[in-house]
Amino acid sequence: MQIKKRELTFWEKIYLPEIFRGVWITSVHFFRNLAIHTAHRFGLLKNVRAGVTFQYPENPRPLFPRLRTRHRLTVREEGTPRCVGCMLCETVCPAKCITIVAGEHPDPNVEKYPVRFDIDLGVCVYCGYCVEVCPEDAIRMDTEILDVAAYSRAEMKLDMHELMNPQLRKPVKECTLKFPHKCAIHGGELRGDWRFVYGKNPEQIREEGWKEIQELSGKEH
Amino acid sequence: MMADLAIKLGLIGIFIAGFVLNVGGLHAWVERKQSALMQDRIGANRAFIILPWRWAAPINWLLRPLNVLGLFHPVADAVKMFTKEDFIPPKGDRFLHTLAPFVSMFFALAAFAGIPFGDRLVLGERVIELQIAKIDIALLYIFAMLSLGVYGVILAGFASKSNYALLGSLRASAQMISYEIALGISIIGVILIYGTLDMQEMVRAQGKLLFGFLPMWGIFLQPVAFFIFMAAALAETKRIPFDLPEGESEIIGYFVEYSGMKFGIFFMVDFIETVMVACLMTTLFFGGWQVPYLYPDGFHFPWGGVIPVNSLVYVLAGVASFTVKVLFFCWLFMTVRWTLPRFRYDQLMTLGWKVLFPISLVNVVLTALAVLVYKVVI
Repeated sequence: MQIKKRELTFWEKIYLPEIFRGVWITSVHFFRNLAIHTAHRFGLLKNVRAGVTFQYPENPRPLFPRLRTRHRLTVREEGTPRCVGCMLCETVCPAKCITIVAGEHPDPNVEKYPVRFDIDLGVCVYCGYCVEVCPEDAIRMDTEILDVAAYSRAEMKLDMHELMNPQLRKPVKECTLKFPHKCAIHGGELRGDWRFVYGKNPEQIREEGWKEIQELSGKEH
Repeated sequence: MMADLAIKLGLIGIFIAGFVLNVGGLHAWVERKQSALMQDRIGANRAFIILPWRWAAPINWLLRPLNVLGLFHPVADAVKMFTKEDFIPPKGDRFLHTLAPFVSMFFALAAFAGIPFGDRLVLGERVIELQIAKIDIALLYIFAMLSLGVYGVILAGFASKSNYALLGSLRASAQMISYEIALGISIIGVILIYGTLDMQEMVRAQGKLLFGFLPMWGIFLQPVAFFIFMAAALAETKRIPFDLPEGESEIIGYFVEYSGMKFGIFFMVDFIETVMVACLMTTLFFGGWQVPYLYPDGFHFPWGGVIPVNSLVYVLAGVASFTVKVLFFCWLFMTVRWTLPRFRYDQLMTLGWKVLFPISLVNVVLTALAVLVYKVVI
């Protein structure tokens, strides 16, 4: 392809008028913004913006709703994750940054839940496949958290405490999850009990669940 | 004798320490804020001082405008510059490396001695010329000082023992030679018209009227010389669009091996030279401390009105007029600096030798003929 250069006109060649034009443009910006800034100081013209700057930590830039930001796990009303441990996200993840250890949920309607759910943000490519693939709407990327930087690779790894509670930041001091999970805060030991969540024994939950299933299936047939 | 010395020191204190250095230092702030406003940004506003105690609330209230305007940024710059490591290249010349920024700074400041910033002030029996050094050839003195300032630049490149710095200073000296010729020749027209090299006399001559209503400012008598002088003077300040000696952003300049306050001094010299050039433009082409139609006894308007003015007010109005004009030119240079891109090296040489130099020569010849005709005819 041949690129044709535009010939400069006479007035552009003598350079001085173009300098005046450039200085005129920048001066117009300067005095307009100066006037607006001064008016802002006196509480006037608040709806006119003088700069495109966002004062970042105080006033973050508005984000587009479809933007993929840090992940979170959605939570049921009783405080357990909606995740059913189907492993679809772990399977689809192209960066292999998700680690799930599934456990048996006492309620037969749920069947499974994650005992452990880790995302390594240092590996994650923010492709959003995990959100797309999840059948339970259990993982979302809508926290609007952009500052995921950390001082070490270990700090880039998120476990269930932070994923279920996006307000939490490293270092997480105490465990807030009541259901049985492999708690990263306590060195991976299994902590929590279903009794703290439902106030019932797991056996009781299981029986009630089966009853519910039988009722539903009886009605259907 | 002692009183004269005290007056001279007072003038130095007022003009150089009070005006030039402050305006030069504030350029660091103006540069940030003005570029921000020109580019629809807000500009640096994160250096602020807020005292944490309850009793300090009034002080905080007083500091608030400074905080909002970001005026502590130059202070933060200075603190940073003074606390940084002062690095001298191991193979560099320690003495010359340290001397270079001071040479630049000294000659930049010494040049201000020739600038008149007000008419003579009469206090009782004593007559004080508002010019630090009353020299008959003040213009030549200023240009000599400005040319000597280039030695600081060359020394910096040479003493760093760095090829990049040396190339930068070579560019600087080539640029200075090609511009100072145009700079010098462009003012010959002004000298021809006013018939003097004394800056104070030159400013007085600009108080007369042309055709009965137009002040005899240099810009009206020598418009071509004005533009040549402005282009050459911008090159003299080593700032964009003629910042080939420095090229902070990509081509490395003569002060690449400097750190800390020595670098800061080179930076300040740029700003001070901008003020210097603004002073020269004001004095040579915009009537210096002259206020249009204001004479020692008051305003004489061409349409006939006369307003008498106190002699002290007259002098102060002159100083204020000079200050306003200088600040305007500082603003203009800053606007040009943030509007135009840098010249390529060959373009710069072409502009200097093939455009500005011939035009300034033609201007001198035409002016000389005009002055001759004027003197013969009238």
